[in-house]
Amino acid sequence: MTLRVENLGYRAPGGERLLDGVSLTVAEGETVGVVGPNGSGKTTLLRCVYGALTPAEGRVLLNGTDLAGLGAKARSRHIATVPQDGQAGFDLTVRQIVAMGRSPHKRFWEGDTERDDELVRGALGRVGAERLADRSFAALSGGERQRALVARALVQQSTVLILDEPTNHLDIRYQLEILSLVSGLGTTNLLALHDLNLAAYYCDRLYVLREGRPAASGTPKEVLTSEMLAEVYGVTAEVAVHPATGAPTVTYLPASR
Amino acid sequence: MSTPQPVRRLIQPGGGKIQPVRRLRTSPKGDRPSHRGRRLLILTGLTAALAAAILAGLALGSVRIPPSQVLDILTGRAEPSPFRTIVLDVRLPRVILGATVGAGLAVIGTVLQALVRNPLADPFLLGVSSGASVGAVSAIVLGGVFGLGAALSTAVTIPAASFVGALVSLALVYALARSGGGGFATGRLILAGVAVSYILTALTSLILVTADSADHLKEVLYWTLGGLGSARWDMLALPCVVLAVGTALLIALARPLDLLLVGEEGATVLGLDTARFRAAVFVLASLLTGVLVAYSGAIGFVGLMVPHAARLLVGAAHRPLLPVVALMGAVFLVVADLAARTVAAPQDIPVGVLTALTGGPFFLWLLRRGQSHEGMAT
Repeated sequence: MTLRVENLGYRAPGGERLLDGVSLTVAEGETVGVVGPNGSGKTTLLRCVYGALTPAEGRVLLNGTDLAGLGAKARSRHIATVPQDGQAGFDLTVRQIVAMGRSPHKRFWEGDTERDDELVRGALGRVGAERLADRSFAALSGGERQRALVARALVQQSTVLILDEPTNHLDIRYQLEILSLVSGLGTTNLLALHDLNLAAYYCDRLYVLREGRPAASGTPKEVLTSEMLAEVYGVTAEVAVHPATGAPTVTYLPASR
Repeated sequence: MSTPQPVRRLIQPGGGKIQPVRRLRTSPKGDRPSHRGRRLLILTGLTAALAAAILAGLALGSVRIPPSQVLDILTGRAEPSPFRTIVLDVRLPRVILGATVGAGLAVIGTVLQALVRNPLADPFLLGVSSGASVGAVSAIVLGGVFGLGAALSTAVTIPAASFVGALVSLALVYALARSGGGGFATGRLILAGVAVSYILTALTSLILVTADSADHLKEVLYWTLGGLGSARWDMLALPCVVLAVGTALLIALARPLDLLLVGEEGATVLGLDTARFRAAVFVLASLLTGVLVAYSGAIGFVGLMVPHAARLLVGAAHRPLLPVVALMGAVFLVVADLAARTVAAPQDIPVGVLTALTGGPFFLWLLRRGQSHEGMAT
């Protein structure tokens, strides 16, 4: 399933332009990262794609079908989302939160079946959170919550996965595990990422945003250059290809030395 | 390629048509047996408690009637006697109305709490009951003015006006309390509820004092305090039917109600059309509040305390929660009403005064405790 974003624009309720002329393509089975400094529009872009925001201009197409024409339910059968801040005001268990991922496939009055339970157990296992199943979601640490939300996206069984900073709050071990898991699923993945080295290693291609506009795009090798880092992020950095991973690695150099 | 198969069929490369997904149906409920057993035990216990409360409600009061005699009267084995009239025509309708209103208010409270994602919501605190009161009082007063006094028309117009009042006030509080991010901070929610409640209560008073017919004044005033003293057999049908249908519908809507708990964005990405569903819940909750308030007046805090206690027993997921909430609410109000007419007998205290006396401190405790919880901070 190919995800295409065409010329997307979004204005904040106050009129401020948060996104302007952003286009991107995620081919079937590809993992594509969106990077950029804070406030560059990564989250806004993702929220437009997964339907939390209605873009002012442009379209989001899934295999040529405009997502604006789909209802929330049809959309959520195709696109699973891990939003940045998952929260629950009430005491739901992790199992209950993860099982919510089955909702797009249910009529509203339907309960969960044995098969749903198996999917939930399997997904919790894949993110290493089986032992959290009966814990209260609200009482989890940020990292544990993040893993539960990835599990919820897995039981949604969608072909497109959208993850907003999935490695936030995670220990480095789980950052690597979650990203390996997601990039190994074979799904069409769109991720917003902060860590450029992780982005370089796990993403097939990267899009760089600056102030809501596209600044660069291409393979990590093409995109991650000292010039781009100086221009977009305003930092001095060296980029080298790591001999073990074959991916570009960024080393930041302190400005005053 | 490990792409999940069932979903792939959904969008055909050419047409982009969505087809319904056929699902495997192995068992109707995926709960583990231990959970189900526990739930069954809780429901059985609460049903027994309700039966006991009803029996006590029929036996106790200004005249004490032995429970064995109450049972004889209920099963039709007793001779006609003053006791029989007291049990069947005075206490039984009152106890049934109490159970209905208690169950209904608790269910409404639960649903409102999911709607605003805040455990401090209650139809009384959010001004929904006050809105229903304005509607009901205007219907009574205007009904007097336009000569619509016939029993049949008031039986319909008062609950209908009450429902409209509830719906308007709920929509108003919701719009006022909603902060920028779509969430509901406790402070904002309570302020909006209190403000709307004050305005509507003042409106009720204004309608009352400017109304020509002063003869209804005491009756209406008593009614606004929340009481079950006016219960009669011929008025039970509507609240009972509305409660049964409304609660059954809400239990059927348990899945989307659960989705509301993870917030608007979370619910949207899980496929819920939040605007439409919220509107449906608004109407259902207002209908329940409107009809119940039309018969019992505004009884506060039942919808606050009962859901809280029920969540401690069975958790926050609505399918197991709502039946427990309904039963607990029924038990609570039957017992509270029993206390209301016995503690100061022969004086009949409005039960709303009693629930406020217990619920107010509970609310303050919840508010205080909430300050140390994230997500509930103002």
